Amino acid sequence: MTYSHHKEETIACPGCDLLQRVPHIRSGGKARCPRCGELVGIGRRDPIDLPLAFTITAAIAFLVANTMPLMSLHAVGREAQTTIIGGAYQMWLEGSQITAVIVAFCAVLAPGFQLLFLLVVLIAVRRPPAPMWVGGMLRSAHMVAPWSMTEVMLLGILVALVKIAQLAKVEAGIGMFAAGAFIGLIAAILVTYDADEIWKRIRWADGQDPPLLPTAADLSGKAVR
Amino acid sequence: MTSAARQGLVSCLTCRLLTRTASPTAPGHCPRCGARMVVRRHHSLQRTWALVIAAAICYVPANVLPVLTTTTVASTGSDTIMGGVVYLYQSGSWPLALIVLIASVMIPLGKLIALGHLLISVQRGSVANPRDRSRLYRVVDVIGRWSMLDVFVDSFTVALVQLSPLMSVQPGPGVVFFMAVVVLTMLAAQSFDPRLIWDPAEGQGEAR
Repeated sequence: MTYSHHKEETIACPGCDLLQRVPHIRSGGKARCPRCGELVGIGRRDPIDLPLAFTITAAIAFLVANTMPLMSLHAVGREAQTTIIGGAYQMWLEGSQITAVIVAFCAVLAPGFQLLFLLVVLIAVRRPPAPMWVGGMLRSAHMVAPWSMTEVMLLGILVALVKIAQLAKVEAGIGMFAAGAFIGLIAAILVTYDADEIWKRIRWADGQDPPLLPTAADLSGKAVR
Repeated sequence: MTSAARQGLVSCLTCRLLTRTASPTAPGHCPRCGARMVVRRHHSLQRTWALVIAAAICYVPANVLPVLTTTTVASTGSDTIMGGVVYLYQSGSWPLALIVLIASVMIPLGKLIALGHLLISVQRGSVANPRDRSRLYRVVDVIGRWSMLDVFVDSFTVALVQLSPLMSVQPGPGVVFFMAVVVLTMLAAQSFDPRLIWDPAEGQGEAR
């Protein structure tokens, strides 16, 4: 049996539709479209288990970041503190409900769903062929990805802290550090996983098995050079 | 060099599988992932124009109306986005002032201009600098989400500074418009099909 990622593969560039053969890429290497410069292939050493490990760790960081206080404020003997969702909730109370919904979506729901979908997909494709619904879930993970804005949120909090620090004493909480760890882990997932490899392990919509199924030796990552 | 479309091939937008189709006008569904296939995104230019124009309209109130209103015992004041940048600059944190200026003022405006330029050049069938325009599109697509920065700044300022009657902060009407600009330009970038940039050059015969 041949492994699809051991030989050249013909694709159309998603950026300019140019037909091209993408050679097998070494681990850590990248292939760009010769015409428009779009990224068309990436070499990954271990595209399933490594991102899965990061996803599980990220899920823990995500839970901590969303349950522990982000920061607290002390001024003239009074104290206030907030969590991530608290930022959205206060917006809702203050009368800007649309803003509250978008903030809650970009800061909590989108990262949460992105993580959940990736977790299910990565676990499911460890034993190929994975059922077809896994593909739908991978598609959903890619759809929410641009709206998952934890790193933008953390920079926003930093700016807010500097602004408020003029008025009151502000302290960072555990949630803030967990959110920082979460951002690093999401970045680690993105540089270790490869959507093409995942698609190759999912059963086709027309009921066939994936035509070029990787073998067990291949799955362990050792056969991939 | 030739595109997939000229060879009667369609690349699935969801899973990238390359398929030979019976008919380019109705390519049907992807045999691998089951998604509906299209040779080019349907009504890409119309949709992108509609979203860009809507975002441009919202850009004005987003910058004119206040995003935050601060109430203290003595006074009530309100801040626009530029007001927030000036406040950060005056309080000595010019690096943050610069970040907010870039994320909240320059990126949304730059995105509107860039998308407008891409749309007009595609509609005129331009064959000039397609590689640069492709790169411009990728930058617009990647950088757009950072404009949401100011919305998060405002949310967490509102969430923390609730020490009434001493001092409290409320969101202003500008936030909603500003957020609309960010969301609409992100959707506009997603609905634009970058492959359209390269189609005119293909039509000219083997230009390269």
